[in-house]
Order: sequence, then C-alpha cells, then structure tokens
Amino acid sequence: MRTSPWIPAFYLGPAVLIMVAACLYPVLSAFQLGFFDWSMGTPWSDARWVGLDSFVSALSDPRVWSSLWTTLQFAAVSVSVEMVAGIALALALERPVRGTAFFRTLFILPMMIAPIAVGLAWRYLFDAQFGLVNAVLGLFGIAARGWLADPTLAFAAIVVADIWQWTPFVFIMMVAALANVDAAVIEASRIDGAKWWQMTFMVKLPMVMHVIAITLMMRLIDAFRVLEVIYVLTFGGPGDSTEILALHIYKTAFVGQQLGAAAAISVLLLVVVVALSWGALRLSNPLKNDR
Amino acid sequence: MKRHSPLFAALHYAMLIALAVLCIAPIAVIFTTSLRQQVQIFAEPLNFIFTPTLENYRAVLEEDKFSSYLMNSLFVGIVSTAVTLVLGCMAAYGLARFRFAGRNMVAYTTLLLRTVPLAVLAIPVFMIWNQWHLVNSLWGLVLLYVAVNLPFTIWLLYGFVLQVPIELEEAAAIDGCGPIKVFMKVLLPLMAPGLAAASIFTFRIAWNEFILALVLTDRHTRTLPVAASLFITDMGVDWGKVMAMGSLIAIPPLIFTFVAARQIITGLTAGAVKG
Repeated sequence: MRTSPWIPAFYLGPAVLIMVAACLYPVLSAFQLGFFDWSMGTPWSDARWVGLDSFVSALSDPRVWSSLWTTLQFAAVSVSVEMVAGIALALALERPVRGTAFFRTLFILPMMIAPIAVGLAWRYLFDAQFGLVNAVLGLFGIAARGWLADPTLAFAAIVVADIWQWTPFVFIMMVAALANVDAAVIEASRIDGAKWWQMTFMVKLPMVMHVIAITLMMRLIDAFRVLEVIYVLTFGGPGDSTEILALHIYKTAFVGQQLGAAAAISVLLLVVVVALSWGALRLSNPLKNDR
Repeated sequence: MKRHSPLFAALHYAMLIALAVLCIAPIAVIFTTSLRQQVQIFAEPLNFIFTPTLENYRAVLEEDKFSSYLMNSLFVGIVSTAVTLVLGCMAAYGLARFRFAGRNMVAYTTLLLRTVPLAVLAIPVFMIWNQWHLVNSLWGLVLLYVAVNLPFTIWLLYGFVLQVPIELEEAAAIDGCGPIKVFMKVLLPLMAPGLAAASIFTFRIAWNEFILALVLTDRHTRTLPVAASLFITDMGVDWGKVMAMGSLIAIPPLIFTFVAARQIITGLTAGAVKG
C-alpha cells in the first residue's frame, strides 16, 4: 500500500514517542549514568565525570561476580525444573477431559497474583517457627529448619517459589503446542506400531521443538528479570546468598546510594538479557509472518 | 482415538486435582492467614479450624490513608491500561498495514524493549522523572507503566490485525466508511480477544508492580502494593495486616482470571504458538 508517510506517523507516533521517552531513553541513560558519580538528592550538575571507573570497579567487584553467579544458578536450576516438569505434565495431561478449562484457570492463578503477595505467601510458608513447610515436614518426622536463615535453604526457597509460579506457564505453552500437532501424524505413527515412548520422543517432542525453544528463551529472560518476589521473600539474604543481579542493582542504588556503580552493573544485566532476547528473536520473529 | 480406560481417567483427574491444590495452597494461605488473630498466626500452623476474624481487615481499612492508596492504585491501573490499549492498538495497526521507512527499526526496537528488566530502568527513571518533575506524581507512574507495557501490547495486537483480511477493510471503504469508521467498526470488534488479553496483562503490571512505585511515590501517591510492602520491616512482618492487604490486592487479578482465562491463555501463547 503506498500512502503518504504522515498516515503511519499518525498511527505509530504517540506510541513510539512514549516508548522512546520513557523506556529507550532511560535505558540509554543507564549507560551514560555509569560514567558519572552522582548521589541522589543532589543536582545533576554536581555529578562528577569518572569515565570508565564505575565499569572497571563493577567488573572487579567480587560481590558483582558472586551476584551474577547466584543469578545464573537461580536461572539454571529453576528454569530446568520448570521446563522438565512443565513438558512432562503437558504430555501426561494433554488430552482434554471434562473440566479441563476450569483446571487451566486454576493453573494460571500463580502468574496473575501480585508478586508482593507471592513473596509474602512463601515467606510465611517457609517461616521457621510457624511456617506450613516445617509443619508438614514435621508430620513425616523431619526436624524443623530455619529455611530463610540458611544460605543453601534460602536459595532453595527462592527456587521453589519461582517453580511454583512459572511451571504452569511452560505447561500452558506446551499444551497449546501439542494441541496443534497434526493428529494425522500421531495416527500414522500409531498405525506404524510406535510405542508410547517412541511417539513421545520421536514424534511429538520433535514436532513442538520450536515452541520448547521459544518457551525456554522466554523463561530464561524472565529469570534474569525477577526482582519483586525475591525482594519480599529474602531481600537477598541471609548474607548475599540470594542476592540476584537485579536485587544487587536495586540495593546498590537505593540502599547504598551509589547510582553510578548501580548503573554500571545495570549495563551488565542488560547485556545478558539483550543477548538472550536476540536469541529469542532469531527463533521466533513475529515479522517473518508478514505478507 | 481410543477412549480413556476408567483407571486412566481416575489417574488423570487425581493429577489435575493434586496440581490444582499445589497452585491454590499458597494463595489460600494468604486468605486464611488474613482471617486469623495475631496469636493464632504464631501457633499451630496446621490448625485450620479457627474462628475467622475480620480484625485485620478492619485495622487495614481504618488506616487513615487506605482509601487514598486504593484510589491511587485504581487510577494508575485504569489510566495506564486505557492509554496503553489505545496507543498500542494504533501502533499495531500502523505496523501491520503500512510499509514505510524505518518500519523495521521501530519493530525490532519494540521487540527488544519488551525484555528490559525493571531493575535496569529503576535508576535512570528515578533520575529522569526527577528532572521532569514526575516523581511523587501518579502521572509519572502512568507514563512508566504505559511505556513498559506498550511493546508487549503492540506485538500481541499486531498478530490480531494480521488475522483480519484486508479485503474486509477495503469492502467497508467501498461502502463509504472513512478510515476511522473502518478502524472502529470493522477492525476493533474482530480484535476483541486480543484487546481483552492486552488489557488484563497491562492492568496486572500497573496494579501489582511495587519496586518502581516504591521509588517513585511518596506518602500521598503510594499504591496498594507499596503500602503493603511497608508492613515488612527489619523488625519483622505484621502478618495479619499484610495478608489482609495482600488479599485485597489479589482480588482484581482473581476476578480477571476467572472471567477471562481463555483470553489470558491466548495472550500467554500468542506469538510462540499459532492457533
């Protein structure tokens, strides 16, 4: 369609203007801010140019590296469990039965509830004295533990909360993907005498591999963005055992008041996420569907 | 296809029910705890038979500022959603129906912005909103939530615009509809499921978000999640009140989920799974 350039400008202009002003410009400012030493509450004109200092000290700060390591472990463990559990459950429960829609409604609840409520619920459940987790374990004769006071157990707690919240997402994606597999292909493999495991691993899963890859990318990106649930559940503690990168940035900026340093670390997180997003785009590019 | 045997069906339901219990239990804990008295909260976690009390809700509602926090949350949630929807709809239409210089750049930048972590935005947004005098203003929050929700909304709706045959629009134009009438009368009704999904996802962020809201608001412009987060202190957590607050915050998303689960699932799977 050949039209005057003013027509697309009319449709896109307002949205582009807002995204540039309130999203792209702040992201680019994070880079710029990394070059300055600025404290909150002082005018920007007092900011001191420090060049690459913030970036150099961020990259040589062991706390940044340990936080990045925590983030990687958190993403690796929770996303793997979510993917395996989500796919397995989808394969087991793909066939619609009476009431399927109702159950799926219940399954999306964990994703819709406010992160602050999710964090609080798990903080309460994992409480050492009156938490339900210890109480239930006690029924099986397992001694009570201080879940949120022990570094390893606290890490387990944030992983459990994330798995609870996001396994249903993988499940929903996989059920939708499996429903789109051509029934004729399944029928053909059945006639050819495929066993259930052959059907699963050699027919169904390869046919939905594309969706598995996209789901994995989406989950990884989100795992690096998680902040609110962990903020409420552990606030990074005990020590810095659950201080993922996003939380480290928040604390450096708003507790430690070192905005330049925090901005430099933001750039690090941004690089990781943009790299993942680029991978996701290569897998699933909505523009490819264009006429 | 062969029908399930009764044993298989029983197993199927047993698994579904077990999963449903796992999904609901933590949410149920929020509600039940909010109905307990402080003394009961600290004792006998497995005792589910207790006399419910609305004491915590009364304490939260009587908090002098509660109604203003509620109004702030409603304002931010509704205005952000409305603005995002209108602008996102227009942009999706523009991207889907016109070819113009810079189209690819706009499209790819939008896709990448969708994944920017809020933690990365927190610092520069705080700084820039300070310069623009948007800190401690509800409009500042609205601007932020519109900006972070537009990328997802545009891409979700883009898919829906593509599904509408352009011949429909052309036919309406031949019948004498102007461009605006075509948009309103032909396109919008056909995009209804997409609009529903987009509005639920946008409202969810604007209503639930509290980290940036914590940084960008003060005593007067606080939203409910921010107010709830303030019950968590170094001294500990005021469980009864905070769970009552959490329950109240959870109500709108719960309603949306039960009313529009199908649209939410469409929104979740859009782009990755066709159909």
